[in-house]
Amino acid sequence: MGNIFYGIEPSVYKSQINVPYQWWAGETASKFFMVLRDDKKILGKQCPRCGKVYCPPKKTCPSCFTETNSWKEVGPKGKLISYTIVLRQLAALQKKVPVAFGLICIDGADNAMLHYIGDVDVNNITIGMEVEAVFADDRNATINAISHFKPLT
Amino acid sequence: MAKRRVAIVGTGQTNHKSHRPDVNGQELIHEAVVRALQDAELSINDIDAILIGNMDHFEGINYVDCWSIDGSGGYHKPIMKLTTGGTTGSTLAIGGYHFVASGMFDKVLVIGWEKNSESDTTGAITTAFDPIWDRLVFAGAISGLAVEAQSYMAKYGATDRDGARVSVRDRKHACNNPYAQLRKEVTLEEVLASPMLADPIHLLDVCPRTDGACAVVIASEDCAETITSTPDWIWATANRHTYSYLGDVNWGELDSIADASKELFKKSGINEPRKQINVIEMYQPYSLAGIIWIEDMGIIPRGKGAEYIWSGATDMGGELPINPSGGVIACNPIGATGLIRCAEAAMQVMGKAEGRQVPDVNFAVSTGFGGCMWTDMILHGKNKPNL
Ligand SMILES: [Zn+2]
Repeated sequence: MGNIFYGIEPSVYKSQINVPYQWWAGETASKFFMVLRDDKKILGKQCPRCGKVYCPPKKTCPSCFTETNSWKEVGPKGKLISYTIVLRQLAALQKKVPVAFGLICIDGADNAMLHYIGDVDVNNITIGMEVEAVFADDRNATINAISHFKPLT
Repeated sequence: MAKRRVAIVGTGQTNHKSHRPDVNGQELIHEAVVRALQDAELSINDIDAILIGNMDHFEGINYVDCWSIDGSGGYHKPIMKLTTGGTTGSTLAIGGYHFVASGMFDKVLVIGWEKNSESDTTGAITTAFDPIWDRLVFAGAISGLAVEAQSYMAKYGATDRDGARVSVRDRKHACNNPYAQLRKEVTLEEVLASPMLADPIHLLDVCPRTDGACAVVIASEDCAETITSTPDWIWATANRHTYSYLGDVNWGELDSIADASKELFKKSGINEPRKQINVIEMYQPYSLAGIIWIEDMGIIPRGKGAEYIWSGATDMGGELPINPSGGVIACNPIGATGLIRCAEAAMQVMGKAEGRQVPDVNFAVSTGFGGCMWTDMILHGKNKPNL
């Protein structure tokens, strides 16, 4: 192998992009998170046109382009739509592997919510299984007010 | 070359504010889209394609084209994102023009938005500069503008007091615009006494940070006149970039707007812009640019810009009103800002500018400006252009 840098000292400048953010959740998401934190209740929001109940809630129904207008209590049970199991401990993971990510259609809702599947041997997770929200003991107004969903069977 | 004529047939914008904690980005976008569709009396089903854009790194969200669907109405539609820094909004308008002029789409919805309150503007803008040469020794937006102002002042003897006169004008105009963020008159003395941010730019000389969105509906000549009896015809667009590195810029003159103006006016047969153009909505992020850039545009001879501003010619009621909306100094949701200039110019041509309407507008110009001194321009007209 020839020395491609013969006669020069290659100069590499290492850095990182450092931009702080603060994202406003907006009134719709804020109400959902406050009720989740304070009352351990899961809310969906219904489109007056097509009748779909969204959980996570949406201010506007994307298929009708209509503002949703009524809150409905949904869950805390739901059905697992799909899932994956992460086995490699990547830096972005906040839990120890194996970690199961699931898409949960909460009972009473028409869309699905992303969350962890826990309290289960990951090998026993199946699509279609019934799950239930487990609330965190120490809850803030984020999606982590739910610790995870646990299978009921 | 355009295959057919194109017009703006509806505009909408949010009531821009420093912070919008009541909505997330998608919900903010939705407000502008609903207003634009209402203005055009169209439904989202009438829209063939969507162009959307905002500033890279400002909200830290990639693939905004996809992420924004809940707000944009883009469900099952072709969507593309355009982002070109400060000019994002004007580039979106030019992109929408291309989409329709090419014959590919009949009705295009163009959306520019920003939630400037969600990040650090200087931190995000610094990522536009070269990491090896410029980023370590230079930061943010205001420094480049101050360098431009210093260079111009050294060449032509203008002062920060001349700049302050532009700020007084724009801030007064903003009082007529219910959508502008800052609607408060200021005096020359107040501008000059405000904190110096980067010599010679005082706090009241420069744009704020804003949360806001703007949407514009662009239609082909086949349907424009059935949508509205007063379409805003796009006569020409121009876009110029000049350099990669700050050290290569011809400081004190904005070459990109000079060259873009030449193209715009040549395409449209405008040989006396000062007489033929009735109103300008200029992407003017700080006050002295309002003097420098009208010289570069060929409206006023070099070195005469300040005198022209002091004469009142660019105030409402003057020979050539500039920024009836209050412009960028009064309101700056950056990814929307260039599109707001375009929408405001369109409203002037369509006779829909209400309390900020300039009478009898035949031609209006809107511009966009971006960091390393690049420019977008659009010429708007009341009558149909020649193809
Ligand atoms: Zn619906």
